Amino acid sequence: MSAWVSSGFSGFLPQDPVLKKRDDFEDVLEERRNSSDLRYALRCYTPALYKGLVPCKASMLKSIVLQSDSLQYVVGQVSAECGESREAVQEEAALLLEEMAHRLQLGTIRFFAFTLSKAFKALFRGVCVNEEGIQRLQQAIQEHPVVLLPSHRSYMDFLMMSYILYTYDLALPVIAAGMDFISMKFVGEMLRMSGAFFIRRSFGGDKLYWAVFSEYVKTMLRNGYAPIEFFLEGTRSRTGKSLTPKTGLLNIVMEPFFKGEVFDVNLVPVSISYERILEESLYARELLGVPKPKESTSGLLKARRILSEDYGSMHVYFGHPVSIRSLAQGHISRSQHNLLPRHIPQKPTADTQAFVNDTAFRLVRLQEENMVLKPWVLLATLLLQNPDGMDLSTLTEQADWLRRLALAFGAFLDWPDHEPCSKVISSSLALHKNLVCVSGGRVRLVVEELPGAESATEEAGFNRAVSVLSCASYRNQILHLFVRPALIAVAMQTANCSRKDEVFNCFNFLRNVFSNEFILCPGAAVQDFEEACYLLGKCGAVQELQQDLVMSQSGQTTLAFLCSVLDPFLQGYQVVCRYLCEELEENLLENKFVPAVRSFTLQLILSGSLKCYEALSSDLQKNALAALIRLKAVRRVKAGDQVTLKVNKIAVNSLEDTLGKTNVQHINIYLYSSLLNNK
Amino acid sequence: MTARDLTTSHPPSRRRAPLTRALKRGSGMASDGHICERRRAAERRLRVISGHLHQRAQDGHAAVSAQECKAEASRANPAKAAPVPKRRHDIMKWNGWGYSDSRFLFNKKGQAEFTGKRYRLSGLILPSLKDWFEGTFGANLQHKSPATPALNVSAVPPPNLNESFVEELKAAGVALSQEPEDRVFRSHGHCLHEIFALREGRISRVPDLVVWPSCHNDVVKIVELACKHNVCLIPYGGGTSVSSALECPPEETRSIVSLDTSQMNRILWIDEKNLTAHVEAGIIGQDLERQLNESGYCTGHEPDSMEFSSLGGWVATRASGMKKNIYGNIEDLVVHIKMVTPRGVIEKSCQGPRMSTGPDIHHFIMGSEGTLGVVTEVTMKIRPVPEYQKYGSIVFPNFQQGVACLREVAKQRCAPASIRLMDNEQFQFGHALKPQVSSIFTSFLDGLKKFYITKFKGFDPHHLCVATLLFEGDREKVLQHEKQVYDIAAKFGGLAAGEDNGQRGYMLTFVIAYLRDLGMDYYVIGESFETSVPWDRVLDLCRNVKERIVRECKERGVQFPPLSTCRVTQTYDAGACVYFYFAFNYRGLSDPIHVYENVEHAAREEILANGGSLSHHHGVGKLRKEWMKEAVSTVGLGMLKSVKEYVDPSNIFGNRNLL
Repeated sequence: MSAWVSSGFSGFLPQDPVLKKRDDFEDVLEERRNSSDLRYALRCYTPALYKGLVPCKASMLKSIVLQSDSLQYVVGQVSAECGESREAVQEEAALLLEEMAHRLQLGTIRFFAFTLSKAFKALFRGVCVNEEGIQRLQQAIQEHPVVLLPSHRSYMDFLMMSYILYTYDLALPVIAAGMDFISMKFVGEMLRMSGAFFIRRSFGGDKLYWAVFSEYVKTMLRNGYAPIEFFLEGTRSRTGKSLTPKTGLLNIVMEPFFKGEVFDVNLVPVSISYERILEESLYARELLGVPKPKESTSGLLKARRILSEDYGSMHVYFGHPVSIRSLAQGHISRSQHNLLPRHIPQKPTADTQAFVNDTAFRLVRLQEENMVLKPWVLLATLLLQNPDGMDLSTLTEQADWLRRLALAFGAFLDWPDHEPCSKVISSSLALHKNLVCVSGGRVRLVVEELPGAESATEEAGFNRAVSVLSCASYRNQILHLFVRPALIAVAMQTANCSRKDEVFNCFNFLRNVFSNEFILCPGAAVQDFEEACYLLGKCGAVQELQQDLVMSQSGQTTLAFLCSVLDPFLQGYQVVCRYLCEELEENLLENKFVPAVRSFTLQLILSGSLKCYEALSSDLQKNALAALIRLKAVRRVKAGDQVTLKVNKIAVNSLEDTLGKTNVQHINIYLYSSLLNNK
Repeated sequence: MTARDLTTSHPPSRRRAPLTRALKRGSGMASDGHICERRRAAERRLRVISGHLHQRAQDGHAAVSAQECKAEASRANPAKAAPVPKRRHDIMKWNGWGYSDSRFLFNKKGQAEFTGKRYRLSGLILPSLKDWFEGTFGANLQHKSPATPALNVSAVPPPNLNESFVEELKAAGVALSQEPEDRVFRSHGHCLHEIFALREGRISRVPDLVVWPSCHNDVVKIVELACKHNVCLIPYGGGTSVSSALECPPEETRSIVSLDTSQMNRILWIDEKNLTAHVEAGIIGQDLERQLNESGYCTGHEPDSMEFSSLGGWVATRASGMKKNIYGNIEDLVVHIKMVTPRGVIEKSCQGPRMSTGPDIHHFIMGSEGTLGVVTEVTMKIRPVPEYQKYGSIVFPNFQQGVACLREVAKQRCAPASIRLMDNEQFQFGHALKPQVSSIFTSFLDGLKKFYITKFKGFDPHHLCVATLLFEGDREKVLQHEKQVYDIAAKFGGLAAGEDNGQRGYMLTFVIAYLRDLGMDYYVIGESFETSVPWDRVLDLCRNVKERIVRECKERGVQFPPLSTCRVTQTYDAGACVYFYFAFNYRGLSDPIHVYENVEHAAREEILANGGSLSHHHGVGKLRKEWMKEAVSTVGLGMLKSVKEYVDPSNIFGNRNLL
């Protein structure tokens, strides 16, 4: 639990989140609605570039990469290892680079500028961008190489990023994209020409691929070729929650700084939030096991119909550039690279890896903090806690209460100030009419009715789950705000006394269990606890006494609310544990785990013993498994190509108990605490 | 500015006698019957340099009297070739760099000029310096920050004398002084904070006594007495240290004695068969070269500080000379060293050119920075004075190309005596020092050159940079060598840019320290520091350190962007020496020295993080001590400490440098 205080981040020492200063937004579509898109697409584009930029063409870039010392070194190594000639390996490297490299062309960008203007105007009421963030970015681009780190909720994200940068006359980014797009013949090439470069999803042991890839990225970074953009989360989050960050690319872009090849690198977290996500029900189905459709051009064309729907507005917030140099100050000794030629690839040291990992988490949290929340997010939160629906008046009343709580916790809430609460709510409900309906003064989730079928069939359960999970993907957007106080709320309920250290132990235990589920920075348990205590104290829910943490008289509602925020996750994890204890035959193949848990869960739901549809989410199930593996309650055993799961039933069982009981046996917590410590 | 000082001293009188004889002989005065090798050598030399006979005779006279080691009277003889006077402050600034008669100033017309008669620039007007100065620093001639005019003697703490030590010293006939001026002069080197404090009239701990040994035996006596009476000795040579090496440790409670080696300045013999010279270590660089030149020889060791720094100082700090490509650095030049330590005298038993006799004991001495003893006599390699010298310069479109060219030159091992690459800022700085041109034709030519380079060749005046060259040797080889270097340069886009630019580049290094004094008159403070670094990291290190300086200044509230500039100043097979200049306008800062020190500290951290060394030739002193462990590892530091522990267990040489 080392303190990790750095000039790069604020907000980790208990401070009033309401005081957090955020920029104002400007709608970039407004001008588009009033002037010619064509002229806009053809206008003079003269971005300010990096001061150290050595201008070079995409083809030149490739040859720099292929001739680089580091790639040459690996080519030599690979050729010696596999007995192929150097030329053959070099040729292979050239092919890999060809497959990977972008071919950014202004013409394509102009084409997109034109077509996307049309599309965005059809889809969105507005695309709001914080202009001050743009100004900071413009400054940053000129000073140091910049890495753009947007959140990832939709395919729209990277088109939107390039579109905005073009609009503001900023340098166009090159974007790391998954290989999936390449199969979309025409579109893949279009994206390549608009700055995307493509990486294979997995290339674990392929030394040559790694060398080509990392040298390509580093070369672009070092000579300030263009801002480099990638998604820390690695893939689109289907749940609306941020995903545990991947550190591979972050490692690569930090290396030139560690090795002194650049003075500094600016990391710019970008938070992109949608009032309504285009892939909304698609995601829910995916989470329930309907595989995601393979990206194809025809699929994209079919998706045209979405153009006729209203997706509300979206917000793009460019955060403060985070200087790697300031972050690394006191954490990384760059002189560790003094004794080895810098072109020889080196595994990052444990220190470096820990630093990169910490940084990744902090950056994702910065993304979360600047994510704009719409009133609908609050409504979704309340509706999910009342699965049988709510009276509109109750909903209105509670939404107002929740709004105040959220604001007190520092929410970046886009709640129209001058409109009455009821109006705000009714227009939110209207926008999401595919998810909720109002009839007879009651608001409830829309569930696709099956003609003439009973409500207890698998299909009916499945349909309801789609609705719940869709709704949950909005509620999840606000979880980052509540998760730490909620963990305390549950911990207070679980610990059988109010002593602060007991509560902390419970909190820490739960935090560990859920650290695959939420963005909880490694090693920051104490800070998280203090921050959450501060928030709870501030909103009057708890009182901090000398040794104790006690619920205040008026705190009941808040704490109960917070507990129920976590409830689906507590239940979901218990279900997974139960499955592993009760149902599991000796050896379960890892790839059979999700379908098996899903059908187990569905049976529980259909039998009426489980009400929590969210337990059906494959995301939750996978996170639960990852947690169990991390806690060493489950072991992965590799045999050939297959991975089987070995379950320590005693451990899993006791974890389930711990999660399930309000009055927890201390022994369990200590058991797990010691388990964690042994890790 | 390179080597800083240290001391000298010499042991056996065994050697002194023949030596004096040799000199006598050399002077052509004596015809005594001692036939020895040295004498014959001296005779040969005499024939070669008969033109200097008259002068040699005077030298000879001095040498004869020096047979008596304590020949004070003769030493005071004004006819002797300008030795450093004991009262250095009579001819040198007490609170700034160099000779009192030489300084930059802005005259009534606002033009910069350099006073005195000693230098090529002396008496000249520098028309562009003012604009450069005001433009670069945001300084203004109206805003002056003058120095305290004279030393306030009453501010100097009274000496803490060890009476019995002083008594015995007097009895032994060693010259000494407790005058405040003498003590203050030897209480500092030339770090910015030291000079800044003097200019403000602030005096901290100063030596309690100054002693002037006049030969090795004097030093032996002094060290013996110091051990006996437990006083702290701080050897003092040229006083050009820039590592806080001469600062008296404030925590020192014993009497501090500054051991000034300046009177031990004789060339004791020259051996023409082996091309070596045996010299007392107090001799100042320019005197050594001048005297050797008179015999047709030189050492070729020319650190930028050679006007003032001493041989002993070079040895004690591992100095490096501008022309090391031909002559080598001090460690390559030294054949034999004699040093007086509290344990006794350390020296090797022969003058073999290389030995495998365990770790080279010279390397305990070189770089010991006055912590182990006093270097008294050194045998150095000498070379015949080169027949021909030629300056040169090359313009490159940018710094990267320039570094690539230097790297190639080093790879082909064809570096001229000196090759230096200045970055764009330093190139402009050098330009600002152009003296007023008398003829319209010259300025027209300059204009034409500028037009050719910037317009015709397309060099961006804000990126181009210049390499300065110095070739030495016989004429034919120099010209051949020159062609080879220019051919390599052409491959990296370099254009030959004339001898003048080259020569001015070298001049810059001699006057830069004078310029700092000018800056300090107008709220501008600055300093230089250096490092050595592998070739592949040169560019990264230069860029990062310069940028770090700019950033740190900004963060610390410096109102104007600083001057942050560098040059690659030496090339080696495996890397280069890089030299930084850093200066800023401190108006509006309450504690400019503190800001300055923080920035320099950060810059050094940056150097180390980028694979640079702690020092190439300035040494560690007390200024860079904190990084020693990191630089040489714990074991390495322990080794050095155990040497100190053995050689000087009572810390008589208590300047607390290095360890």
